[in-house]
Amino acid sequence: MSEILVLVEHVDGDVKKVTLELLTLARSLGTPAAVWAGPGYSDAAKARLAEYGAEKIYVAAADEIGDYVVAPKAEVLAHLVAERSPAAVFVAATGEGKEIAGRLAVKTDSGVISDAVGVGEGFVAEQSIFGGGVNVHSRVNKGTPIITVRPNSTAPVAAAAAGAEEKVEVALSDAARAARIVERVVQEKGARPELTEAAIVVSGGRGVGSGENFAIIEKLADALGAAVGASRAATDAGWYPHQFQVGQTGKTVSPQLYIAAGISGAIQHRAGMQTSKTIVVINKDAEAPLFEIADFGVVGDLFQVVPQLTEEIEKRK
Amino acid sequence: MNIVVCVKQVPDTATERKLRSDDKTLDRDAADGVVNELDEYAVEEALRLKEAHGGEVTVLSMGPAKATETIRKALAMGADKAVHLHDDALHGSDALGTSYAISQALKKIGFDLVILGSESTDARTGMLAAMLAERLGAPQLTLASKVEVEGTSIRVERITDYGYDKVEASLPAVVSVVEKINEPRYPSFKGIMAAKKKPVETLGVADAEIAADQVGLASSWSEVVDFAAAPPRAAGTVIKDEGDGGAKAAEFLASKKFI
Repeated sequence: MSEILVLVEHVDGDVKKVTLELLTLARSLGTPAAVWAGPGYSDAAKARLAEYGAEKIYVAAADEIGDYVVAPKAEVLAHLVAERSPAAVFVAATGEGKEIAGRLAVKTDSGVISDAVGVGEGFVAEQSIFGGGVNVHSRVNKGTPIITVRPNSTAPVAAAAAGAEEKVEVALSDAARAARIVERVVQEKGARPELTEAAIVVSGGRGVGSGENFAIIEKLADALGAAVGASRAATDAGWYPHQFQVGQTGKTVSPQLYIAAGISGAIQHRAGMQTSKTIVVINKDAEAPLFEIADFGVVGDLFQVVPQLTEEIEKRK
Repeated sequence: MNIVVCVKQVPDTATERKLRSDDKTLDRDAADGVVNELDEYAVEEALRLKEAHGGEVTVLSMGPAKATETIRKALAMGADKAVHLHDDALHGSDALGTSYAISQALKKIGFDLVILGSESTDARTGMLAAMLAERLGAPQLTLASKVEVEGTSIRVERITDYGYDKVEASLPAVVSVVEKINEPRYPSFKGIMAAKKKPVETLGVADAEIAADQVGLASSWSEVVDFAAAPPRAAGTVIKDEGDGGAKAAEFLASKKFI
């Protein structure tokens, strides 16, 4: 079967969960080959990629790949596309992943599909558009299909493969060195999972009322091992940091379980969470539109319901 | 400083958005057209940079005839002039075709800085700024929550999953902004009146030296195979809290094996 390149997303040398999902998806359509670009490669990373089915691991570990914005990673992939003629390239549909895919598409004169929630035979991709209102099948018809895939679209399943390493040396162009990263600023996120990767997300909105009150949202999230999200009303009000905003102008999440407290559910918010598998809504307004897509809803005061739910979860542990 | 800000007219997200049944492209007549929300932040940032450093702000929009409404709004906010990239041959262009057409228009206009919103609310590819940087050979300063220009140097804070990166480059450059960056101004009555007199130049495919075989639906690198309205989610259970709403919710989570 032909090779499918999977760009590895990694932070501090750790392979992110979305990469394991992409390897699992690639196995159903071809032979997955992981592509590591940037510093931090280790035996642990190699073992992880092999465990989830990478037959090959292309390693471009030069420090300078991590020193510039996006372009070097696109050059590494373009080099491999030219050399290996893969059947397709899969990249995580994260902010950076989509940008890498976009540059790669221009470089290789190939079509690109953004934010797929599934990929089938012939690399026909499924997308959920217009805030989840319309399902689309689309495909690339020129060049090598480049597909960015939404995190949490596939359940990662281990299936050991060879993980044969191959070093890749790419001489970066001057254009790839044009936007230099001079400092990485890591903001406190505590022990919680990352928002777009989390299996469970607990979000608060206007009904939470203040930044201090977000503590009850965080307590519920911690009881479930979940990430915390926020509606735009909450981030605009300064109650919770902007990078946790779920919605049309924020992050798109697709967890197994999404709990929304004090969020009415305007399209702005639904566009970022509508493909969640199970949705629980807590709101004192029985008319809140989010109840329409809830699997389970409680009409009530979130300041009563959320702490009680947290307590019940702790009791059952 | 010569700043070009790219704006897109998109269907209002508050209305029902559709694809056309004939050619499977966005139905631009089904819903009211509004300025893509993130582009208002791009216009605001362009105006602030002009106010701080002098120069001129040019609005560039690719779209059908009715996109002039969106162009006028950006002019009413305070941009100086506009270019409307408008040609039937552009209809149905995908992200690659669109980025090619816009890059050709940008070469024609000339720029020190191009500013865009980080994504549109209709297609949501989030790729256009990166593609433009690639095509123009300009530094990519995208997902910016802060922009500072000093002479020919530019610094931005680029948001990441872990916080942000501080990034430096030299002009000319391509910047995309996130909504955290500023609070867009409302057009004043005076601004709205003034916008009616500001120059709007229309560029066609030939004017911008756009190769016809690189744009439009037939030349796209990707295609929609089919589409359908998403099936409605099965109706769930909604209860009224009678003092045990949290406990009931916990029972539901347990029944689904989440706890």
